[in-house]
Amino acid sequence: MTRITARRRHPLARYAVLLLALALLGVGYAAFSPKSQSADAAIASGKVDDVKAGEELFKSHCLSCHGPEARGTADGPTLVGVGAAAVDFQMSSGRMPATTVGAQVPRKPLPAWVTQKKIDQIAAYVQSLGGGPTVPSKDQVDPAKGDPAKGGELFRANCISCHNWAGAGGALTQGKYAPNLNSSSPAQIYEAMITGPQAMPVFNDSTITPQQKRDMIAYIVSVREQTDPGGFGLGRIGPVTEGLVAWIVGIGGLVLAAIWITAKRRQAND
Amino acid sequence: MSTETGNRPETAEIPKAVSGPSSYLDERIGAGNFIRRNMRKVFPDHWSFLLGEIALYSFIILLLTGTFLTLWFKPSMGHVIYDGPYAPLRGVMMSEAYASSLHISFEVRGGLLIRQIHHWAALLFVAGMMAHMLRVFFTGAYRKPRELNWIIGVLLLTLALAEGLTGYSLPDDLLSGAGLRITQGVAISLPLVGTYVSFFLFGGEYPGEDVISRFYTLHVLLIPGILVALVTAHMVLMWVQKHSQQPGKGRTNMNVVGGPFFPSFALKAGSYFLFTFAILAGLGTFAQINPIWLFGPYTPADISAGSQPDFYMGFLEGSLRIMPAWEINVLGYTLPMSVIIPALLPLGLVMTGLALYPFIEQWVTGDRSEHHVVDRPRNNPHRTSIGMSAITFYGLLWLLGANDELAANFHISLFAITRFGQIAIIVGPILAYIITYRMCLGLQRKDAEVIGHGVESGVIKRLPHGEFIEVHVPPAEDIEAHMRGKTPIPALPDGSDEKGIPPKGMRGPLGRLRGRMSRTYGGEKIPMDQPHGDDHGAHEEIGEHEEHAAVGATGEGRSLDR
Repeated sequence: MTRITARRRHPLARYAVLLLALALLGVGYAAFSPKSQSADAAIASGKVDDVKAGEELFKSHCLSCHGPEARGTADGPTLVGVGAAAVDFQMSSGRMPATTVGAQVPRKPLPAWVTQKKIDQIAAYVQSLGGGPTVPSKDQVDPAKGDPAKGGELFRANCISCHNWAGAGGALTQGKYAPNLNSSSPAQIYEAMITGPQAMPVFNDSTITPQQKRDMIAYIVSVREQTDPGGFGLGRIGPVTEGLVAWIVGIGGLVLAAIWITAKRRQAND
Repeated sequence: MSTETGNRPETAEIPKAVSGPSSYLDERIGAGNFIRRNMRKVFPDHWSFLLGEIALYSFIILLLTGTFLTLWFKPSMGHVIYDGPYAPLRGVMMSEAYASSLHISFEVRGGLLIRQIHHWAALLFVAGMMAHMLRVFFTGAYRKPRELNWIIGVLLLTLALAEGLTGYSLPDDLLSGAGLRITQGVAISLPLVGTYVSFFLFGGEYPGEDVISRFYTLHVLLIPGILVALVTAHMVLMWVQKHSQQPGKGRTNMNVVGGPFFPSFALKAGSYFLFTFAILAGLGTFAQINPIWLFGPYTPADISAGSQPDFYMGFLEGSLRIMPAWEINVLGYTLPMSVIIPALLPLGLVMTGLALYPFIEQWVTGDRSEHHVVDRPRNNPHRTSIGMSAITFYGLLWLLGANDELAANFHISLFAITRFGQIAIIVGPILAYIITYRMCLGLQRKDAEVIGHGVESGVIKRLPHGEFIEVHVPPAEDIEAHMRGKTPIPALPDGSDEKGIPPKGMRGPLGRLRGRMSRTYGGEKIPMDQPHGDDHGAHEEIGEHEEHAAVGATGEGRSLDR
């Protein structure tokens, strides 16, 4: 007791206490941080082989732009910390590997070599580099489990200012655009929200909870699968196509009718 | 074809369908003469004379379908929780106006169809008015004595825009809310009175609880009432002044050539109503319009990409979108020029220009005579060019109102489109003016050539010395009469006395400008029967006049004689 009391006054004691506190904090953070947990989980659940395979795939298909160990080059950003979700989103929608560099990388058909398994392997490799958001589970993106009405309110508040009320997409600045959501799978919609690809902001789980994300997916899916009750939807982009139809079909058709009913009868003899 | 001269209709053979009822009424209320005279009113035949009827019939359909909609629509901004059949909105808080619009769309039998017909009819109403107005403008049918009817037409168009704007806002969906927000933005941008106007209109802070019920009163009572009155006045004036006609055989300023109202024109008008109704019903059935359930209820916090007004407001949207940011702060007051200018300038230019054009033209040409035979657009090149540059101005603004849709769907940069618009809105109308002017003169030359040389007959003739020529024949009688309907555009007489002093009204800067404009605008630019060129100087009879064909004289060609 006296020994400790005596050492307490030692000139180095304060440093020892500081070190101890830092060590405790670090260990505590490592224990409770979700990132390290999921990174550990990826490796722990026998996906280490995926990481190895993913690294090979990465070297042959991604390295030229994203650089060794995905540290980034002038042509492509670093992928350290973007997470498996970002890889799954970009590759399953065909955006990556990119073929052209423009204002924005477009969705396109997948190249022949890209399969879900290979996407998973590259995702596991990128996840192993620095963690990040993981691919959502099937349950997290199941439209049937969401509430479309609640999702609709969130969708209108957060998404339609770029993606349009029916997810038809819209223009952004500098040649960028918010893409049409009709071809996005529920998982891709979820991943886009948590990773914020290209011009899109990140909607993390504290802004919009996973349950709310599922509600929004339910809304998007229910609206796009809806048969238009009023006939042809005209692209669901609103008054622009409606005006076009009014002039072309409406005025055009009625002008033809007017020409028809006021036409002179042809003379019988030439 | 029958001809009406002056006020005396031809009373030769009156169909039983007219004479029967008219004598019945004559014996009782003494209206026989009135009916007989008016049933035999002559209407000229030309497809473009039916364009205004598109608007008229759409208006009738609007009144009928609109009445149907009022039976269920609740013009209230009271909050309700939606509990209807449309699942993606169930449980959502919304206004009663929006909920009742959903009710009409999904629960009222035939409600969605009638709503869609109503909206399509609104678009065709305005589009028909515009097409009709362009016909009247380009043919100069607004000239004396029809200037007042033209003014009524301009008022009708203005009111139709207001009617459209209020109607578009009623369902209180997110898209209409965006339009309402812009309306409020324009109101509040007005210098000095803006805040008061906005608070007066919305009954307090935007959006308040009043605007839907106020717009409802305007939309179903006040504006339609005025529209009905003005449409009636428009029709009565047209009836009393008789319809103008295209130049042609036997048509003069003193007659009208065409069919009688009964049976020929009444039948055509009746069938045209059915055509209009068919198109509207077809569109209402097969083409979805204003799907308010997709937009969701309006809250001022939400805004969607691709928010657009209906097409007739598109030019205002476009002018707002291409206007560079510009704001002036004076003594603590803000003048948002980037809202005031695009909201008021194009509308003012277009509407004031339309209203004043007949009077400006009269002032420039000094023309005070009556015109019942209309011009072909080519024969008044400056008017046609002014019209085309106005169309270009309006059309560019309209197009640029959709700049985001153009950018998104055609993968063009939004900024590039906007920059293009800012330049094109200045350059476009000027180019349109020049191009149209040259085209009009070219077409006039073509007419003069047809009159002077006849038309190609397709018959190739070989002359005795071996030369091939194509025989030209005179144009068909009615076509020639149509072309010869051209009259020189009146211009102010020079009128300077021998000392070179201009008459009273032509002095001073304004008078001199008037004289110069008159000389440019008026006169005959391409005379029809003027001899031109050396070897065609002496005018032969047209049928025998032979133009040298392009086919050269190749000595041994076989004879192509008939």
